[in-house]
Amino acid sequence: MPDAIKAGDPAELTVAAAPAAGSAANAARCTGVWTVAGISGLERRIDALQWPAAGEVAIETSAIVALDTAGAWLLQRTVRDLEARGLVVRLIGLRPEFNALAELIASRGVASAGGAPARRPGMLEGLGRKTFGEAREVIDFLAFVGESFTVLWRSILQPRRIRWRAILHNIETAGFDALPITGLLSFLMGVVIAYQGADQLQRFGANIYVVDLVGIAMLRELSPLMTAIIVAGRSGSAYTAQIGTMKVTEEIDALRTVGVVPQELLVLPKMLALVVVLPLLTVYTDITGVLGGMLMARTQLGLSYRVFLDRLDQAIVMSTYLTGLCKAPVFAMIIALVGCHRGFQTAGSADSVGRQTTISVVQAIFLVIVIDALFSVIFNMLDL
Amino acid sequence: MTANTESVDAIVEIERLSTRFGDAVVHEDVSLSVRRGEIFAIVGGSGCGKSTLLREVILLQPPASGSIRVFGREVIGLSDEQALPLRRRWGVVFERGALFSSLTVTENVTMVLDEHTSLSPRLTGEIAALKIALTGLPADAGPKYPNELSGGMRKRAALARALALDPELLFLDEPTAGLDPLSASGIDELVRNLRDVLGLTIMMVTHDLDLLWRASDRVAVLGQGRIIGTGSMTELSELADPLIREYFHGPRGRAAREQAWKRNSTSPS
Repeated sequence: MPDAIKAGDPAELTVAAAPAAGSAANAARCTGVWTVAGISGLERRIDALQWPAAGEVAIETSAIVALDTAGAWLLQRTVRDLEARGLVVRLIGLRPEFNALAELIASRGVASAGGAPARRPGMLEGLGRKTFGEAREVIDFLAFVGESFTVLWRSILQPRRIRWRAILHNIETAGFDALPITGLLSFLMGVVIAYQGADQLQRFGANIYVVDLVGIAMLRELSPLMTAIIVAGRSGSAYTAQIGTMKVTEEIDALRTVGVVPQELLVLPKMLALVVVLPLLTVYTDITGVLGGMLMARTQLGLSYRVFLDRLDQAIVMSTYLTGLCKAPVFAMIIALVGCHRGFQTAGSADSVGRQTTISVVQAIFLVIVIDALFSVIFNMLDL
Repeated sequence: MTANTESVDAIVEIERLSTRFGDAVVHEDVSLSVRRGEIFAIVGGSGCGKSTLLREVILLQPPASGSIRVFGREVIGLSDEQALPLRRRWGVVFERGALFSSLTVTENVTMVLDEHTSLSPRLTGEIAALKIALTGLPADAGPKYPNELSGGMRKRAALARALALDPELLFLDEPTAGLDPLSASGIDELVRNLRDVLGLTIMMVTHDLDLLWRASDRVAVLGQGRIIGTGSMTELSELADPLIREYFHGPRGRAAREQAWKRNSTSPS
């Protein structure tokens, strides 16, 4: 029957201006292709029709050449609307092959459009809900951190439960594989700092202080921070996506049913690996950053490598290096815990995996920077 | 129940189709045709390329050689743009439903309607509710997300989405796989009812013998890359081919057949 979709007139419903002579009923006529493709726009035209105020309406339907469920529903709905206004409606002349379909649609109760539209909360309610939601997320996260450390403690008491293979694998993917990108970016950062500083320092004839600038900036702040941000983007997101997908495919539940604590298998190795690897990466980016500065100092300020290194020895005290380095394990914890937590928060759909991954990266970077600021305040108070 | 003589024109025609994955031959010289208004089933053991055949018909995978005509039109080598008018005329239910997980059941249906028609949101909502009701889902399933539904309900929701544009041809990939016997027999009935009321042609892939006995008009048995038999279930079960005998006369085959007989004798129709 729906072959006529391509050809044929679109569906139409017309109402005669006055009852035909010799008949008490008002006449209306349906023509054309009453299918999902044919009825577009018809709905509006039906709404605009002038129906008689009362009495009987006979709708002539013999000119309907094709009918599908969508068309049958629209016809049925029109009939119901008219009947609700107190008119008596008769359908006449429907082709026999459409009878079964028309009866099926007529027998269905009023099909509602999927319930009432969702109520939009007011501003105050929205604010309240949002605040409550955020507060619950913080509590959730703290609970997750607590749970993870409980599992960690259990593993420390029973070291054979630690999954060394998984840790090594994570060290490779989060650490070794990140060497090129972190090294390159840190090198460029060293270049940029030296380049920007050189111009200013040259004016005072204080060329040699470019070493202090690059050394302290890289070792104390930039190299740990930048490495953490790159790792959060690289590995934190991967943790969320992996655990999130496992959650969607019920693998997490499967782990629980075979008696494996998911945290022990999925969180601990990542956390431990990152705690090991992020300080190592930081040392590495310290070196590449200083190398970048060294290269720039030579080309821009004419400072030889030898002079640079001599000065570096005097400019950098041990505490500068260590204050930078000791932040790395903390950052590592944050990245691993936020990434894994977000993965476990995933619910149901592919959409949710994407959303949680975004949140994971944003939150991890945000927390890393906030903690970095806190470190600065603490070190300042300790005169380090 | 069998296809009437008045509507013997073939909706799907496959001729001399061959498929290869690398060196592995999946199909060799497969020919079959599906007539208007019939429920045609493709059966065969696991991994014999049933689903691959279906995927080739619905343009998800190109075959190595041969021809596939749907509604009399050659589909192999069609561009997406050329295929669109055909795709609007058929609906597909995938084995695991493949409902869009970020949309509710109603949205899964309305999304298809919105994509291809310019109907008002009110009307698409109502049509969606109608389709959901037609597949036997309760009305409160509409606002639910796919992951809140049971396996059987998900299958029905996928069917509602496939019916969104009132297709003439419906493809079902393992419509009863993973369902309990009760839900599965519900699907048997649903498939038959939909064909009768909406005048659908249905091509399905299955290995559910109950479904075959209860709902199919004609069946093609696929084995070793070829069609080893085509016919009604009764005809097939009398063939002598060892593969077919093994398939239909194993313990489960016999049970399904006895069931079908019992049903027929209790409800004459």
